[in-house]
This record gives sequence, structure tokens and C-alpha cells, in this order.
Amino acid sequence: MTFSPQLEAKFEKLLTSYPPGRQRSAMIPMLLYGQDEVGYVSDELIEEVAKRVGVSPLQVNEVISYYSMLHRKPLGKYHVQICTNISCLLNDGDRLWERACAKLGIGHKEVTADGQFSLEEVECIGACSWAPALQVNYDFYHKVTPDELDRLLDGLRKNAV
Amino acid sequence: MPYNEPSPLETRVLSRRFGRPNSAAIDTYLADGGYQAFLKAAKMKPDEIIEEVKISNLRGRGGAGFPAGMKWSFVPRNSPKPKYIVVNADESEPGTCKDRLLMEYDPHLLIEGCLIAGLSVGAHAGYIYVRGEYRYLIDILDKALGEAYQGGWLGTNIQGTGFDFDLYTHTGAGAYECGEESALLESLEGKRGVPRIRPPFPAVVGAFQCPTILNNVETLCAVPAIIRDGGKAFADLGVPKAGGTKLTCLTGHINKPGVYELVLGFPVMKMIHEVGGGIRHGKKLKAFIPGGSSCPVLTAAECEGATMDYDSMASRKSMLGSGGVVVMDEDTCMVKAALRIMRFYAHESCGWCIPCREGTAWLRKLLTRFHEGRGTRADIDLIGDVSKNMLGRTFCPLGDAAALPTISIVEKFRQEFEDHLDGKPCPYEQARHLVTV
Repeated sequence: MTFSPQLEAKFEKLLTSYPPGRQRSAMIPMLLYGQDEVGYVSDELIEEVAKRVGVSPLQVNEVISYYSMLHRKPLGKYHVQICTNISCLLNDGDRLWERACAKLGIGHKEVTADGQFSLEEVECIGACSWAPALQVNYDFYHKVTPDELDRLLDGLRKNAV
Repeated sequence: MPYNEPSPLETRVLSRRFGRPNSAAIDTYLADGGYQAFLKAAKMKPDEIIEEVKISNLRGRGGAGFPAGMKWSFVPRNSPKPKYIVVNADESEPGTCKDRLLMEYDPHLLIEGCLIAGLSVGAHAGYIYVRGEYRYLIDILDKALGEAYQGGWLGTNIQGTGFDFDLYTHTGAGAYECGEESALLESLEGKRGVPRIRPPFPAVVGAFQCPTILNNVETLCAVPAIIRDGGKAFADLGVPKAGGTKLTCLTGHINKPGVYELVLGFPVMKMIHEVGGGIRHGKKLKAFIPGGSSCPVLTAAECEGATMDYDSMASRKSMLGSGGVVVMDEDTCMVKAALRIMRFYAHESCGWCIPCREGTAWLRKLLTRFHEGRGTRADIDLIGDVSKNMLGRTFCPLGDAAALPTISIVEKFRQEFEDHLDGKPCPYEQARHLVTV
């Protein structure tokens, strides 16, 4: 499997960041950074990471199922993650979630037919004082009003075309 | 750039560079006296460093509040094994968003804290375990690490002191449980984040089965000030048995939500009304969570006279926790709040210990049924019973973290559960509908 030179450099650094014989430690970072480039954790990515850290693909699979950010299926180009945990809930984060579902016509962990958007109701993302908050891929959006959510999604849709 | 306007009531020791231009750059840090505490520590004996941290009364800022100096003293320095520094930057306790600011605005402060911790136990490598959602912080930290290596503040023979130290960032990938120290160590080794049985504690058998100092970001960020100004100066800022300041995240129904650095022992009501500008829309306070959703909830009456420190909260059978304050006004449905909190723990339970895995799932079902108006009177006691049967029966504190707030809500707001009985729709939900539609 081939990766971009930047990712290769990152992998190389990761594999030497841990004590001798502890390359397995690089597995989770490699899977997450790899997913960012490939789009999801594909079978091929699992094989490759397993080979490089020196474990079996089964052992990698066992780890993947534990972590909520590692996805075995392709996400939308824009993965919209809305927090509805307590501090966001008190600031109508649940309404924001419902609005996003209605606007995109999809639900939790679903992808739009054109592959542009996916939606996930997430647990606390550490933006509690600026609630309600959401993330699109890795970008944070704070104190999001329903109108701002509409504008954000419309803007992303335009970018996507 | 989520930082809020500071409050004049703050005591800014750790947050003094928040909001300054280029605050994350090494030049800014050095110009502001940065890394001088490390140079001072390099001339001290390891015991002297640990003693200074003990004198400071610095307690773990991640939630448990364990005395940091004591934790450091448990590391067997004469062990032939290598020692490690591990930073818990997996900030994910609901209500908490302060480590994020420390890493965003002052990454070199954290690096210096790690260096001093390294000196105190003879560690030569450290890992900053950052939650996966905080990708932009990994970029900021990696940039700061690069600057530190280039400036000779990391690597071999740092500034001619003869001390070697390497520091790395490590990303998690979405798991609250990995904020628990032993689960974090499993995750750092490339495994599922399930907790380890203790003893042995990480100080003795930690990262890669070696002696390890494992502290929260904020704890380590307090260390340079302790070495620079002395442990006593830090201790004097707070109250007996809890020194210094605490980054406090005001969230929920409050006029001026934000992260504020307040001395330990700051009065709760003054914090809500003067720092936080009072309850939104002039409403009354109904419930208060002192430090993240794992803490037992306090009523408005219990907040009177309470102060933000470990002992005051313990005397009210709650905890200071992580600094994630959640303020709930009189229109909040406590059944809904309990349900949302339980949904979180049920989602995040790693499944290793059966009382937690099964307990959180059953409680989520019971609370869902209740909030939908299909609960029975016997269920109210059942919620309390199931919660109490989880307490102390798990490897890690997640089971307790789920049970404690639930028990407190059922005990203190029982009437609200009764108001949901007999198919009655949630009274607060109806009111909310009328107000906003």
C-alpha cells in the first residue's frame, strides 16, 4: 500500500518514537492518520499497519472496534459531529442535532447518497464553555445557532460541488 | 480561538499568557521567563524538587485530586528500568475544556513541566497522550516540540545540564475511558483501553511496564511556577491541603461561560454570580455540578457557603473533580439530565467489568423509560439500587462515575421523577416547547 510522502514520514517517526520492541504503540496513531488519508480504515490499511508494527491483522481489528473515531466504512467528505452531552444539551445541542438530521436527511452514523456528508451524535468534545459545539472533520465550531448551522452546511455543500 | 474575556477575579498563574499574540511560540515563552524553572530545577537534587511539589500542596487536576508530590515520591528512582513521564491530555470529562487552552496557548509551559518531572525521577522520555478529537492541538504541540529541540530545550545534554529528555505526542482515537490512567497506559501500548488492576500503581509499573509519572496537563503546567516561586508561594494561593489555582470551566445556563483561573477555595456563589455573570435570563439556580459529570450534583441550597476546593466539596458528599462546572437553572428537567449523563457512561463503558457494563446499560434503559413517561414508582428506587450496586465493584472509577451523579439526582430531585409517572409528559419539555416555538 502506498501513502503520501508526508504520511510515510509520519509513520517512520512514529515507529521510532517508542522504546525498542514497542512498535505496537504506533498502531492507533497510524490507523487514525492513515484513515485521514484513505478516508476510512480499509482492509488494506489494516494489513499494512499490522505488517509495519509487527502484529497480526486480527490484533489490529480487535483494537479498532474499541475506538469510536476509527471507522471501517467511508465517511462523508464532511463528517459532521454534533455534541449533545450535558453542557451542550443545556444550550440546545439536541435541537441542533435534530436540525442537522432534518436538513441532511440522514441519521446517526449515516452518509448522504452523494457521499458529501456524514453525521454523528458525539460525546463531549471539550468545548463545553462554548456550547453548543460541533466538529466538521477536525475543525471546531462553537456557540452554533440553528441559523449558523444552516449556513455552515449550505456553505460546505457549495464547496463540495 | 475560543478563549473568553478574562475576569478581574481571576488569579492568573497558569493562564497568564492566554490570549496574548503568539503565546504558543518559544520566543514568547523565553521572553516571559520561560524554561528558567527548568534551569533552576536542574541545579536541585531530585528529592528537593519533589519536596517543593509536596510543599505546594498541588493536587491532581484531572479529577481525582491526588497529591502530586506524593505521587512523584512513589516512583522507585533506584529501579534499573527506564522511567517515563506520561501526560494525560485525553480531556473528555463532560463539562471540561481547560487543558485544551493550556496546550493551545502555552505548549512550552507543558514541556517545561515535563522536563522538571523528568529531572525529579530520572526519566529521559515522555509521551503526551492527546485525545484524537484535539488534532489541531497535536499540530501545535508538535510545532512547539520542534522549537524546543531546535533551541536545545529537548534532546541530549539540554542547555549543558547533562540531562537528556525526549518528548513525543501520541494520539488517542475516541474513548473516554482512556482518560483513566491505567486504560491510558494500555492504549499507549497499542491496545484496547481497558483498565489494569492496581496495585501495582503506574508509579511503579506504568508505561511499558516501567516506573511512570502520569499527570494531567494542568497538574504539570503548575510545576514551573512552583519551582520558580517556591512551593510555599503556590500553596499560599489556595487553602490548607489544596494549593494554587484551578482552571474552572463555567458551562451550562450561565451568562458568561468560559474558562477562568480561580484560587482553590473560591466561593461557589461568587463564582456563579460575579465571575460567571449569574444565571441566564435571570433564572434561579436548580442544580450544580462542581467538576465534570462524574461528580454528585449539588442543590442550590447546598451551594450556599460552599467553596471550590476538595474538602468543601467532600463535606457536601461531592467532588471538586476536573473543574468542569455545570450550572442548571430552574427550568432544567433533572430526569433528562440524569438520562443524558447515563447515556454517556453507557456509551463509554469499556465493558471490562460487568457491574459497569450491565449497570450503565440498564440505567440508561430505566431512565429512558422514565423520561418517556412510562416509569413506575418502583423504578425510582430501582434506579438508586442498581447505581449503588455498581459502586466500588469495578477496576476503574467509571462505574462509580456513572453511579454517583445518578444516586444524587434520584435522592435530591425525587419529586421530578414522580412528576414523570403515569404517562405524564415531561413538564419541562412542554414549557421549553412553548418558549421557543
